[in-house]
Amino acid sequence: MMNLLWLQSGGCGGCTMSMMCAEAPDLLATLDGAGIDLLWHPTLSEATGAEVVDLLQAIVERRQGLDILCVEGSLLLGPNGSGRFHMMAGTGRPMIDWVRDLAARARHVVAVGTCAAFGGITAAGVNPADACGLQYDGRQKGGLLGPGFRAGAGLPVINVAGCPTHPNWVTETLMLLAGGDMAAGDLDLYQRPRFYADHLVHHGCPRNEYYEYKASAHKPSDLGCMMEHMGCLGTQAHADCNTRLWNGEGSCTRGGYACINCTAPEFEEPGHMFLETPKLAGIPIGLPTDMPKAWFVALSSLAKAATPDRVRRNAATDRIVVPPTVHEKRKR
Amino acid sequence: MTDAATDRRLIVGPFNRVEGDLEVHLDVAGGAVRAARVNSPLFRGFERILEGRDPRDALVIVPRICGICSVSQSVAAARALEGLAGAAPPPNGLLAQEIMRAVENIGDHLTHFHVFFMPDFARAAYAGRPWFGQAEAGFKAAAGSAVREAVAARSNLFHVFGIMGGKWPHTLTIQPGGVSRAVDARDKVRLGAIVADFKRFLEGRLYGAPLETVAALAMPGELEAWRDHGPAGHFRLFLEIAADLGLDRLGRAYDRFLSYGTGLAPAGGIWQAGAAGALDPALIAEDHSHARMAGRERRHHPFDGSTVPDGADEDGYTWCKAPRLAGLPFETGAVARQLVGGQPLIRALAAGEGGTVRTRVVARLVELAAAVLDLGQAIRRLDVRDAWFTDIRLPDSGRAMGLTEAARGALGHWLRVEGGRIAAYQIIAPTTWNFSPRDSDGVPGPLEAALVGAPVADGERTPVAVQHIVRSFDPCMVCTVH
Ligand code: SF4
Ligand code: SF4
Repeated sequence: MMNLLWLQSGGCGGCTMSMMCAEAPDLLATLDGAGIDLLWHPTLSEATGAEVVDLLQAIVERRQGLDILCVEGSLLLGPNGSGRFHMMAGTGRPMIDWVRDLAARARHVVAVGTCAAFGGITAAGVNPADACGLQYDGRQKGGLLGPGFRAGAGLPVINVAGCPTHPNWVTETLMLLAGGDMAAGDLDLYQRPRFYADHLVHHGCPRNEYYEYKASAHKPSDLGCMMEHMGCLGTQAHADCNTRLWNGEGSCTRGGYACINCTAPEFEEPGHMFLETPKLAGIPIGLPTDMPKAWFVALSSLAKAATPDRVRRNAATDRIVVPPTVHEKRKR
Repeated sequence: MTDAATDRRLIVGPFNRVEGDLEVHLDVAGGAVRAARVNSPLFRGFERILEGRDPRDALVIVPRICGICSVSQSVAAARALEGLAGAAPPPNGLLAQEIMRAVENIGDHLTHFHVFFMPDFARAAYAGRPWFGQAEAGFKAAAGSAVREAVAARSNLFHVFGIMGGKWPHTLTIQPGGVSRAVDARDKVRLGAIVADFKRFLEGRLYGAPLETVAALAMPGELEAWRDHGPAGHFRLFLEIAADLGLDRLGRAYDRFLSYGTGLAPAGGIWQAGAAGALDPALIAEDHSHARMAGRERRHHPFDGSTVPDGADEDGYTWCKAPRLAGLPFETGAVARQLVGGQPLIRALAAGEGGTVRTRVVARLVELAAAVLDLGQAIRRLDVRDAWFTDIRLPDSGRAMGLTEAARGALGHWLRVEGGRIAAYQIIAPTTWNFSPRDSDGVPGPLEAALVGAPVADGERTPVAVQHIVRSFDPCMVCTVH
C-alpha cells in the first residue's frame, strides 16, 4: 500500500474534476486496485478542518509517513515572496510553507496539471499572484522547491502537465509509482511522464488527411486542418490526446478547435491570439518541430497543388459534402 | 477556549468538499454561532490576467477560473463577446452551447449531493441515528456505494462533452457565434442514448421514481408523504435525515434571491418579500470595504470595477468582494432559479421555512430531475441539417456583459474593450454573492447571515451544523475569488 496526500493551491480544481472522469475502471476502483490509500484529498475525503491540520502536522513531525504528495494548482509566492495570496485555511500559514515542509517528507512529489508543473494560466499576463510551479517557473528550472530538489525516493518532481490533465495521465502515473515502475529515464526534458509526453497531439488527429494536403479550416466548425490559420500546435504538442481520447471519444481537435499545447511550459503566453496562427510572409511561424523549414514549405506548395477536390471542399465546411468515391467494381 | 460556558472564537478550515479554499471565523456564545465571517484565503487575479489581451483570448482564460463550472464561464464570455459584436449564434449553435452548460450543471448537482454534501451524515458523530446505517453504506466519503455509483454515472454523462466539446473541463468548442463542432445524425442519437442512461440511473437510485414525478412536486405535504412511504432511494434518505436533524430550520439567510436565467429556461429575475420581480443588472455594485481590495471608498458597478489586491489592508478579511443588488445582499443558486421560474414546491417551501439547508438541497434535486428532462428535449430539437456557427467580427472598442447560470447560481462577466484589447474584465461568480463578506454598512453576506444561530456542541472544533450550512450552498471558492 502507498498513501497519498493531495493539496490544491492556485489552480481551478479542474485536474481533480477531470480525474473523477476516469473510466474502466473508475477512479475509486483504480486507486483501490493500485493499492493507493487516500490519506486526504480535498474533494474525496471526509476529514475536514482541525482533523486535516492535525494530519498535516503529524506528517511534518514524522509521526505519519507520506508516500506520494500530489499538488494541484500553481504555488503563489506573492505578495513580495510572502505567500500570503494563499494562506492554508485554518492554519494561518501560507500554502507554500506547507508544501515545502510536506515535500521534504514525501517519497514522491507529483505536480498535477500545468499550473503545479510550470505556473500555468495563473502565471499568465502580469502574473498578479506571482505564481510558479513546484520545480519550474515557466521554462526556467527552479520554482518553489528549487532545481536540485529530489523527493525521498530519488526522483525530481514528476510533472503530469496538462490543462487540465487527462484523468488517465494522473492515474497511470500513480499506478506506476505504486508499482515501483517509474525511474528518472521515464521522464522527459520537462520531467513529464514519457508514456504520454513522447507522443504528439497531431498523431491520430482525424484532420491528418487535410494536413497532408494543406486543406485548411478558416473558421470554427470547418473540418480542415487548423494549423495554417486557426492556431493549432498539434504538430508540436507533447501529448497523446488524439490516440487516447477524452470523455469517451473527444479531443481538442475533434471538438473543432486548436490544440493550444497545454502540456508545455509557458503555453499561457503564446505571444499571439491563441486561436490564430501567426505568420511571416504568409508562412506559419511555428512549424512541425522535426522538419527543416525549406522542406516543409516546398512540400506544402506541392501538396496544395495536388489537393483532391473532395478534401479541399470538405475542409471549408462543417460536414462532409463530398464523400469518398464508392467504387462498385474492383478496378484492374 | 473549550469551556462552553464562556464565549469562544473558532477558526474553521480547511473546509474541504467545497471547490477551493474556505475558512470560517465564528463567534460562539451559549452553544450557538453569534456571528460569522467568511474568508476566501486565495487570490489569483484572473481579471488582471485578462487585461491587455485580445478579447477572444478570454475563451481560453476564463474557463480556467474554475474547473467545476468551466463551461458556464465559457458561455458567459461568449455572451459578452457576442454582445460586443451585436451578433448572436444560429439556433443550433445556441442550443448546443446550452446543452453543454446544462450537462455541466446536472453533473455538478449530482457531484454536490453524493460527493460533497451527503458524506457528512456518514460521520461517526451520527452513529446511533435510525438512518445512520443506510447513510454510512451509501455515502461514506470515497467508499460508499452511492458515492461510487454517482462518480461513474457522471463520467458516463460527460461523454456528451467527448462528442460535442472535445473534452471537459476547459473546452473551446463554445465560441461567440455558436459552436466549433457540428452535431451529425449519429452524434444526436448517441447523445440521446447517454441522457437516457443517466435518466435510468437517477430514477433507479436517486429518486426511485420517474423524473416527471419529481419535477411535478408541488406541495410540502408531498415531501412528508415521500419521507414516510415514498420509494426507497437517496432522496427519501435525505428527507428522513432532514426531518430528524431539523435541516428545515437550519441555515436561513435573507430569503432574497436572484437568477439571470439561461438559454433553455430564459426566466431571469429576483425573488424578494415573497414575490417575483424583474432584475436590473444596472443596480449591481461591488463593495470592497471588507475585501482585501483597493478602492473601498465607493461601490463599483462591474463596468467600472477594479481588482487591485491590498495585502496590507487591516479591515479586509477575505479576497472575495461583496456584490449587492440595489444595495442589498442576495442569494443565488437552484432555489433562486426555481423561485423565479415558478416551481410550486420551492415557492411553498420558501413561503414556509424560507431558504434553509433543506430548501437548498430539495431545490437542487427537483431542478436536477427537471433539467434532465429538458436536456433530453433540447437534444431532440437539434437540427443536424442546419448551421452551428456564425462568423462574427468584434469591434475595436465597446463594452458588453455576459450573464448565465452556473450550477451554483448567477454568473456574470462584464467586458470593456479599447483598441482591440481587453481594457477591463470583471467577473461576479455565484459564490461571490453567497459568500460575500460584510459591506460598508456592516451587513453580512448570505452565508454569514445563514450561519448565525447554528448550534455548536461543547468542544466541537469543526461544528458539524456549520458544515451542513456551508455545503448546502454548494460553494465554489475558486470562482469566488477568481
Ligand atoms: S488540426 Fe492540428 S493536430 Fe490536427 S492535423 Fe492539423 S495540425 Fe495536426
Ligand atoms: S490537444 Fe493540446 S490543448 Fe488539447 S488537451 Fe491535448 S495538449 Fe492540451
